[in-house]
Order: sequence, then structure tokens, then C-alpha cells
Amino acid sequence: MVNELNDSSLNGWETVIGLEVHAELATKTKMFSSALNSFGGAPNSNTDPVSLGLPGSLPVLNEKAVELAIRVGLALNCQVQKSVFARKNYFYPDMPKAYQISQFDLPINKDGWLELPDGRRIGIERAHLEEDTGKITHIGGGGRIHEASYSLIDYNRSGVPLIEIVGAPDLRSSEDAKEYVSELRAILVTIGASDGKMEEGSLRVDCNVSVRKEEDEEFGTRCEIKNINSLRSLGKAIEYEARRQVELIESGQNVEQQTRHWDEAEGRTHKLRSKEEAFDYRYFPEPDLVPVEPSTEWINEIADSLPPLPRERRHELAKAVGVGPTETSLVVQRNLDGFAVEAISLKADPSRVLVHLENNLADGIGELTAKSFALLTLMEVDGELTATQAKTVLADLVKSGGNPKEIAANHGFESMDNSEIEEIVDRIIEENLDDWNAYVDGDEVEKKKKSGFFVGLVMKETKGQADGKIVNQILSAKSAN
Amino acid sequence: MVERISREEVAHVARLAQLSLSEEELDSFTLQLSAVLDHAADLEALNVDDVEPSSHPIPLKNVLRPDEPTENFDIEEVFQMAPEIEENQFRVPPILGESQ
Amino acid sequence: MRAVEIAKQVSSGEISARSVLEQHFETINNLETQVNAFNIVTIEEALKEADEIDSKIASGEKLGPLAGVPIAVKDNICTRGLETTCSSKILEGWKPPYNATVIDKLKQADAILIGKTNCDEFAMGSSTENSAFGPTRNPHNLELVPGGSSGGSAAAVAAGFSPLALGSDTGGSIRQPAALCGVVGVKPTYGRVSRYGLVAFASSLDQIGPFANTVSDAALSLEIISGYDPRDSTSISEDSPDILGVLNEGIEGMRIGVIEELSGKGLDGISTDVLSRVEEATKVFSKAGAIVESASVPASTYGLSAYYVIAPAEASSNLARYDGIRFGPRTEAATTAETMTATRTKGFGDEVKRRIMLGTYALSAGYYDAYYGKSQKVRTLIMNDFAEAYEKFDILISPTAPTTAFPLGEKTTDPMQMYLQDVCTIPSNLAGHPAMSVPFGLGSDGMPIGVQILAPAMAEQNMFRAARVLELESGE
Repeated sequence: MVNELNDSSLNGWETVIGLEVHAELATKTKMFSSALNSFGGAPNSNTDPVSLGLPGSLPVLNEKAVELAIRVGLALNCQVQKSVFARKNYFYPDMPKAYQISQFDLPINKDGWLELPDGRRIGIERAHLEEDTGKITHIGGGGRIHEASYSLIDYNRSGVPLIEIVGAPDLRSSEDAKEYVSELRAILVTIGASDGKMEEGSLRVDCNVSVRKEEDEEFGTRCEIKNINSLRSLGKAIEYEARRQVELIESGQNVEQQTRHWDEAEGRTHKLRSKEEAFDYRYFPEPDLVPVEPSTEWINEIADSLPPLPRERRHELAKAVGVGPTETSLVVQRNLDGFAVEAISLKADPSRVLVHLENNLADGIGELTAKSFALLTLMEVDGELTATQAKTVLADLVKSGGNPKEIAANHGFESMDNSEIEEIVDRIIEENLDDWNAYVDGDEVEKKKKSGFFVGLVMKETKGQADGKIVNQILSAKSAN
Repeated sequence: MVERISREEVAHVARLAQLSLSEEELDSFTLQLSAVLDHAADLEALNVDDVEPSSHPIPLKNVLRPDEPTENFDIEEVFQMAPEIEENQFRVPPILGESQ
Repeated sequence: MRAVEIAKQVSSGEISARSVLEQHFETINNLETQVNAFNIVTIEEALKEADEIDSKIASGEKLGPLAGVPIAVKDNICTRGLETTCSSKILEGWKPPYNATVIDKLKQADAILIGKTNCDEFAMGSSTENSAFGPTRNPHNLELVPGGSSGGSAAAVAAGFSPLALGSDTGGSIRQPAALCGVVGVKPTYGRVSRYGLVAFASSLDQIGPFANTVSDAALSLEIISGYDPRDSTSISEDSPDILGVLNEGIEGMRIGVIEELSGKGLDGISTDVLSRVEEATKVFSKAGAIVESASVPASTYGLSAYYVIAPAEASSNLARYDGIRFGPRTEAATTAETMTATRTKGFGDEVKRRIMLGTYALSAGYYDAYYGKSQKVRTLIMNDFAEAYEKFDILISPTAPTTAFPLGEKTTDPMQMYLQDVCTIPSNLAGHPAMSVPFGLGSDGMPIGVQILAPAMAEQNMFRAARVLELESGE
């Protein structure tokens, strides 16, 4: 139905996105019982009467799950409040009690915000506690639900504590959505609330998408998309869904409020059910649990124990480097900002620090210490090492540590003095006079082309020890004479 | 007696509760449920606008459990009582339709 | 023999636990086929436990306060490795992998479990006729019902099958059958006794309690099963009350209110026999030095309506897990959804289906506020009215059941008539307060009548002191 559409078809239309993110909380035991909360293990080995929903079993709330939920709430600038658990009733074989214990009208956290690296604040409507379901494996029919001959259920995941973070419809593009999830994941990992692994399902994203004319104030009818398993598919699903809705409207049809399923293989969404078919969950207060009303002391204690959040860290590093916070987000995402700040405090060159951390240290710092890193950047700035050489030395430092001066010496990276380079440049000009003339007389483009040619030859001659910048300076000085 | 719940509503509610009713059962349950709801209609006259609802008889709060594994539970006893087990999992007929 | 006596004599070695058991099993053998109080009698296991107790006594070990005392337990309380069916086909053959907390406590006290008693399916009913395994009959007259839902437990004690029994009380399911069978039945304060392992009917109302022939036996067993349980979030963190220690303190100066809304003036359908016994009780209390006056709990008249919304609502959710996937018999069908429906349709009896549907309806979109929401507010009103009454009174009294035991089959076709049996007992469940039924004389039909004594939360001691005064008057 939606074919070969490209972004230009969204001209004049705005996509409005709100995300619901479920994150498994990093507790030792389950939300309502002492069975282990752990990934893997033999099927149904991490269960007990509560997580299997056996008759007579009763839930007792895990204190750590509440603490982690409060950590999330505080990190998302929410109001932490008295909360009540409710039963969400529906039949599905992965849900052993046929109701999910969740929070409904009184969530533990409400009204917060999250700041994207570019400084925009995205509203958080609520972040509430609920329990996870079991896992179903479909047997036969290639594992697809509709063709399976039977299914197997493992309740190891049943009762694992989840926090559901409901974002406001403040996002406007697939890029926004991806940034939001990345930021949220970074926050959850930083505060120790969740491991944030999307591929293992410990972070799951449902996505509400609607479109409207850019000048409209009112939101369009939204569709909820489920089964998004990676950041990449989040982006693709949003783009697909937005185009589908625009095409519907432009062809004179209405968007129907639906829940839709993202099909990764086909790269499209499918209708699961319409609003009319929505479930009647019959929420009511969970009588087996009592309200949770965290004391101000407890909330303050948790607030004091929070580590610096990604946002604060972006700002801190930006200040140290002397750039805007947007430019430090990649380093913070890689969790290397602490290292950067330390190196800078040891007199490292801030801008070289940022360049290396972004470009050359994506796989981590290994054996590199802040001190040797600082020294390396100083060698670069002082002209002792070229950028290429610095990269080589850095790789060695990451691999096995050591002193950058010694490593540079071992590589023979002794910087040549300028008169030595000048001699080589003169010889090469002699050997390539036509090219030299073309360089001297050429326009900007030609000059650039030929300078590359000469620098390349000099590099070849000096086995990379010459500094390209110096070679260029010599070339331009000579052409001016 | 006023019909407090229609036959269609009873059928709908039975579906929500995963129960299947015969035509005769639908008739009798409609009558019986109507009678109970008719009795409960005495609540209609009661003005409780300013009253807080109570979901628990005893006002407890913050009942929490330390995050420690304590019980050794033997799943084998559960498997023995289960309708169908395959490879340590609960086996069920094909599931049509997605979760919520 | 009374439980208190059995424990004393077994502990001192005067009698053997085995002989006590054999005596009770003989009574069971003689009458059980007619009464049908049990779903299962655990003769072999019980005798084994009795022998263990006897050998411990012989070797000089000190035993628990219920040493060698037989106890029958309602079949909705989980017993590890022993069938726990709730008298429902949907749990037929199910053996829980764990014990309810009360079972562990009884074992620690060296009581001996002799069987699981019959009840209305999932404790829903007032006559024990809604059992998938046939009705229990009243030992005093086999044509009549024992009351319900814990009819098997009440009948077991009344018939001399067991000196003690446990039941569960959600809207009167201990007190009403106790009244109809002429035994003592106690619903403790909500949260006093752990619900862990009690198969839930309506979680905010359910409470386990004892049946006994005497007030002191009931007190002793309540002391044993009470106490904080970290596995039940609604458990009250207080130690067991010392009831036996205050039992004979009398009621001199105690302020006792007769709930007018539940004693005939405000309520039709209470028989004159029952009313006259409540009247008689007030005289006994006055004679014993209490100050007896009329009391008002106005909102209690709405209790029945609120209850028959709240209890089914919670039940509809609690009973959703019976889907034939993880436990219990399964009725196989082509898909999982059809299997669930077939299993539930075949496994549940009519009364359970009615209440599941009633509760589902009360919670469903568009009706929640009118039914469930409103009933919860009425619950608040009832609590407030009780609180006000208890400013003036230490305890309250009323009839337990509106009538004496009625014939089997009389109310089975008219659910509403059956529900009216609980009209006097329901308010205590909604408020979470303790209440008990004490046998106090007979009706003109020769059947037992019970007087209900109600107390504020955690005030079981006063309730039992008053019960003991009535009991003394009856000649115990």
C-alpha cells in the first residue's frame, strides 16, 4: 500500500512521536517474590509460586525495585509521589495470573523531563512500576505465531520488575526518537537502574506516531507501533508509519486509531487491532498490595546517591573543552568524559582530547592512562608527532600502555627539522617541474590537487615522518617566491 | 423487575471472562445477575460524592521485602502437576493473536 | 474431648496421640458417609504424625501447644503434596508445591491434620451445596444445610470428627456455618492471620479463622495461627494476642451495643427465634455487669449491596488464573484461547461463573464508577459508621445468620435469597474487623442459633471475653 515513498513526500507534514519505554530493573530478585531476576538459565528455573501465579501465592514488593524506580524518577526530573498498584486484567498465556500488576491512576513518578544533547527538553508524563511477562516460543511454522503447531512457555521472565516510562508527544522526527531513546538508555545505565540492552529485550520501545500539517495546532490520530527491537528499526518504523499516514490523508482517507506491529523483515507496519477492538483491562486497585509512600528522607537519600547524569556530564566536559554541550555528547555516550576531564586536568590539549575520543577511541581506552594521553596530545601540539603518528602511538598505548615518547622513538617518529624537509621538497620539485608549474599557476582547485600530490611524495620519501602541515607551508612559501 | 443487565451484556461479559455460555445459561444468568444488580441499586440513592473509596480494610503502607533470594523452590513439583510439559516448558496449543 | 484437654493430656503422656486420632477416625467412619464433611481424610499420614508425637513424648521432648490435637482444614488452604481443590473441578487433583503459612504454624504447634473439608466452590456460597463433590449436611439434621461456605469445617467440628477446624471467611463463611451447626466460629481482624496459601476468593475480605466446640479452644487455635507473615503484604506486624489469658476476666463495665440495623428493626427476614436469642444474650451481658444499649451503624444496611459488587469484582480477577496452562485439569481445544475457555467453562460451577461475570461486569468500562467505585465508597461509609459506634461501645452484637439451618435445595435456584444469609456478617468483612459466632441456644425447630459478637480491629480479647460469658450461660 505504501510504495517507494521518500522523505520529500512529508513536505509540509510534521511527524509527532511519543514513546513508551519499558526497562527491566537491575534487581537481584523479582518484583514480587524472591525468585532470581536473571537472564538465561534453564527454562522455568527462576520461578516460584508467585511468578507462576499458583493459587494461594501472594506478592510482596521488592524494596530495591522501588528504590530503582525512584532513581529513575529523580533522574528524569519527575515528582515522586504516593503510588498504588493496580491489576490490569487480560488473558494471555505469558501472563500467569491473567492480570498484570501495574500502576494506573497513581504512578510512583509523574511530570518530568529529559534533555536531549541539543538542549531540547522532552516531557515525561509518568514512569511507573509493573511486572514483566513470561516468554513464548512458537514451535513449527518457522517460529511465526500464526503458523506454529504449538507453543512453549518459560516463566523465568515473569515477574521481573519493569519501569514503564511514558514520554510526552514532544518528538518530531525519527532522529529525535533515536536520540531520546539513546539518552534515556544512557541515564538508566548511569544510575544503575537497568542494563539498557535493547537486543536482549531489557529495554523495549513502543511508539505512538501521528502526523499533522506543520501549521496545525491539533494532533492527528495516532497509531501505536509495537515490536520494535532496535534503534534502527525504531527509526525505520517511524518513517514508514508517518509516510503511511500522510499518504492516507492525502488520498482523502482518515487515519484510524490502531495498534500496529512492526515487521522488521518486510520493513512495514501491520494492523494488530483498532481502537474499538481495544481491550477492556478492568483496572482496579491490587488488594494484595498496599500503597507505597516513600518518605522525604528516603527520596533525599536516593537523590544524594545519584551519580552525575549524562546531561550534567556533557555540560561539564563542554566547559572543560570550551565547546557547546552538543559537541561532547558522543564522548559522554561512550562513558569517556571522566577520562577526558582527567586528561585535561593533567594539561592535555582539550581539542585533541575530544578529537581522539571521538575518532580514535571508539572501542575504549584499554591500557591508556590519562597521563600518557595528556602527554601524547602535548607532543602533537608541539609538533613532535604528526596526526598520523599520534594515531599510531595512541593505538599502541591502548593495546599495551607505556610512555608515548618511547613508543614514538621506537617507531622512529623523530620529527624532522624543517631544513631537512626543505631539501627533500626542493629535490622533488626538480624531479616534477611540470607539476610544480601547474601548482604555481593553478587556481584554488588545481593548487589543492597538486599540493596533495607533493605532500604525498614527501611523505613517501620520509616514510610518513614529515608533518603534512609543514610541507604545505614550505610549498606555499616557495610558490610565493 | 427492571432488567439491569441485558442478554447481550451478559454474553459480552462471559467473553471477557473466557467463559462460553449456552443459550439457556445466557437466559438464566441474565435473570439472576439482574436480580443481584437490582438489589445493589439501593446504592444509587446514596450520595457518596465526597467520600474517599477504600480498597483495603486496614490502612497499611510501604510493605517492602529486601532484594534477597531466600527460597529454594523445586519446579519439578509444579511440572508434575502441570497439564503438559515439554523441555521444562509449559506446552500449549497454537496461540492466535498477539499479546496486549 | 476439647482441644485444650487433648493437648494437655497428650503432652503429659496421659493419653497417646494415636488413641485420640483413632477415636476421631471411628466417629468419622460412622457418620462421614452421611455428613460428607471431608473431601479427603488423611488417615495414614495423620497416624504417622501421631506416632512421631508419641515417640517424642516418650523420649521426653517438649511439644507444642496443640500436641496431638486433630484439625480439619478447609479445602481452599494449600497443603503441600495434598490435594487442594476448593471443591472445584478446575483444581481436581491439584497438589500444591507449598504449605499455607497457617499449615506450617499448626505443624509447629504439633497439631495433626486429619483431612481437607468440603466447602462451596471457591468459598462462594452459604450452604456448601455449591461443591463439585456433593453437599455437606448438617450433623444436627441431615436434611438441612450446614451453612457455608466453610460448611465442611463447621460440620466436622459439630459431628465430633475433629475438635478443631480451619475455615475462611469472606462475607460470613466461618460465622454463618458455625451458627447453623452450633459451634464457635471466628473471623479474626483482617491481617491478623496470614493469607499466604489461602486460595483467594476476594483478597481484601478473605480471612482464615478457627472453628471449635468451645470459646477457649477457638482462642487457643487463633493464638497459634495468628502473627505477622512477611509473605503476606496485608499481614499486620503484631504478635499473636494473648486471648486465653484474659478469657475469664468477665465483662464488668464493658459497653456493649446491639446493632439495630442488623437486629430486626432495620432488617426484614430475621426470624423471631433468632431475635429472641439476641435479646436473651443482652440480658446475660447486663447480668454480667456490662452496659448494654442500642447501637447504630447506619451504612451497614448497604453492606450486602457493596459486598456483592466488591467480592465478585476481586473474584473475577483472582479466578482468571484458572486457565489450564500451568496446573489443574485442562480441556484441550484447537487453540490456546479456546483451551482456556473450554477449561474454565467445564471447570467452574454455576455460582462461580455467576460471580465471575458479575465482577467482570462491575469492573468493565462504563460500569466501574457506578458499581465498583461506588461500593468502595460505601465501604468507607461502613468503616466510618463502625468507628463512630466504637467510640461509644467496646463491642457490638447482632444475629449471626438470619435463620436457623434451612433445607437442602431451598435456596439454590435463587442466588439472591442465598446471598441474604450473609447480611449480618458482611459488614465486619468490609471493615476488616474481627467478629465471631457463639452458639446460644436453639430455635423452635431445635436447630442451633448463633449470636454474633463484633469488635474493632485488633480487639479480639474483648470479643472473646464476651463470648466466654455467653458460653458460661449455655453451661459450658
